[in-house]
Amino acid sequence: MILELRNVTKRFPGHPAVDGVSLAIEKGTFFSLLGPSGCGKTTTLRLVAGFEQADSGDVLLNGRRINELRPYHRNVSTVFQNYALFPHLTVRGNVEFGLRRKHAAEIDSLVRDVLELVQLTGKESRMPAEISGGERQRVALARSLVLAPDVLLLDEPLSALDPNLRKQMRSELKSLQRRVGVTFLFVTHDQEEALSLSDRMAVMNRGRIEQTGSPQEIYLRPSTRFVAGFLGAMNWYNGAGIRPESTRISREAPDNGARSLPAIVCSAVFLGNCFHIETRLAGGETILSEVLRSGEVFHPGDEVHVWWQAADELLFPHESP
Amino acid sequence: MTRLRAIFLAPAALVMGALFLAPLAIVAAYSLLTRGAYGGLSTPWTLENWARLADPIYGVILLRTVAISAVSTLLCLVLGFPLALFISRSGSRKNVYLNLVILPFWTSFLIRTYAWMFLLRDTGLINTALLALGVIHQPLPLLYNDGAVILGLVYANLPFMVLPLYATLERLDKSVLEAAADLGAKPWAELTRVTVPLSMPGILAGSILVFIPCLGAFLTPDLLGGGKSIMIGNVVQNQFTTARDWPFGAALSLALMAVVMLLLAAVVRRKGAALL
Repeated sequence: MILELRNVTKRFPGHPAVDGVSLAIEKGTFFSLLGPSGCGKTTTLRLVAGFEQADSGDVLLNGRRINELRPYHRNVSTVFQNYALFPHLTVRGNVEFGLRRKHAAEIDSLVRDVLELVQLTGKESRMPAEISGGERQRVALARSLVLAPDVLLLDEPLSALDPNLRKQMRSELKSLQRRVGVTFLFVTHDQEEALSLSDRMAVMNRGRIEQTGSPQEIYLRPSTRFVAGFLGAMNWYNGAGIRPESTRISREAPDNGARSLPAIVCSAVFLGNCFHIETRLAGGETILSEVLRSGEVFHPGDEVHVWWQAADELLFPHESP
Repeated sequence: MTRLRAIFLAPAALVMGALFLAPLAIVAAYSLLTRGAYGGLSTPWTLENWARLADPIYGVILLRTVAISAVSTLLCLVLGFPLALFISRSGSRKNVYLNLVILPFWTSFLIRTYAWMFLLRDTGLINTALLALGVIHQPLPLLYNDGAVILGLVYANLPFMVLPLYATLERLDKSVLEAAADLGAKPWAELTRVTVPLSMPGILAGSILVFIPCLGAFLTPDLLGGGKSIMIGNVVQNQFTTARDWPFGAALSLALMAVVMLLLAAVVRRKGAALL
């Protein structure tokens, strides 16, 4: 394990921000910490970076306890949410900031290589204020990657970008991580980002880790109601969770043994590749269904049957609904 | 819109015109008149007052003044920067410390300067205490020299350095400082490579706010320098008081103003208009 957290707790006045968190991240993994704002994911990242000190528990880098090490003695590097570039230094000045101890020729070649890696060749002498948001992010990546950190810590690095650029940078980030092979610890509140980028991920809530696993495991077999509700849309019926894409709608009740309930269509929204149809059950619960475009067309007020296979129900027997 | 702007600007423009430009014009006119037989002013109009500025003695005094002011400004910066940094990182106690910095302004500057004389003179508190303790056998010459003048100028102007520095340091993006540490900069490197360069606007503003009053100071060199450490402000003051030579005093003060503006223009040109 390149990075390990063992029962780490960090209290801020009034509340525990990180409450007994344990994590183990394998070398070369793209690992995401996903959770709503205030769940402790950024504090967890800052504990690894050394900007915060744990009240209890251990932070281990390469098997060595680093709890007391100052940030400048830890071989991890952070890409900040706002990039935190040095506004008084050029692109090159930012990238070589951490390379002071080396020979000039070595610095030159390292800077050249990393700028090529992030496709910023030719922008060496620009100031941060003179380049675009996407370029600023790549400078932030470059100045950290050039130090060859054991773990690269990314604090919501895509959230400052506009939506189109965000999707493009998302795929660039993933391919960059594959190429350099550096372990990424990526903090985000965006479930789509976490699902699409991660090799493994952990979902956090109220300072605790709710579940750790691969994106598929977490999406298909959420271990708590919180995880089930936070990742993707979820219907709740009698304490069971059913994904919208697991439900079906038909005019007649099916006779295939599925769980079937009479319902009235509230709304039908066309999304291009599918319809989102909301129905109301006799008990007043609403169910969202994702149905294919090629199927039957439904309109608000239609009397229908909503059904799903019992096997698609997600159950949380250890939690009260 | 432009009319509304004019209405709002008019009062300030009138005040500046009446209280700044008009007196300046009067001083300029004085500098071209002749000294009256018993002081005051009389005709004819003349350029003689300006010609007298060519006397090397004034150049020497001006250079001395610039040197003393520069040393005082530098000392204010060296003392003020750590203080401003400390205050900007003091969390909820910031306001207490800021008020302490401003506190001396609540008493008269003259009284505070006399207090320094009471401390520094041969029979003052410091010398008396050191003599009583047997540390020294002769009083130390603490008063009536350049050192005392610089001490007084630093003491008087330190708040004007601390306040703009504090304002800049307070606004620094904390994550940029964290990034420096994250990239391996130890505290001293973080200070010299990031904090100081980023607080340049505050350093320049504070230096200008300290340097200019130092150039024009006359009370501090008069009382703490005791006439032995003369600055250009004393010369100007003398023309208007004991020497009763208003026209020459007017020419001197305008020349001093021109020097200040040239220095300022040089700084603004180099560092851009952002600082003012």
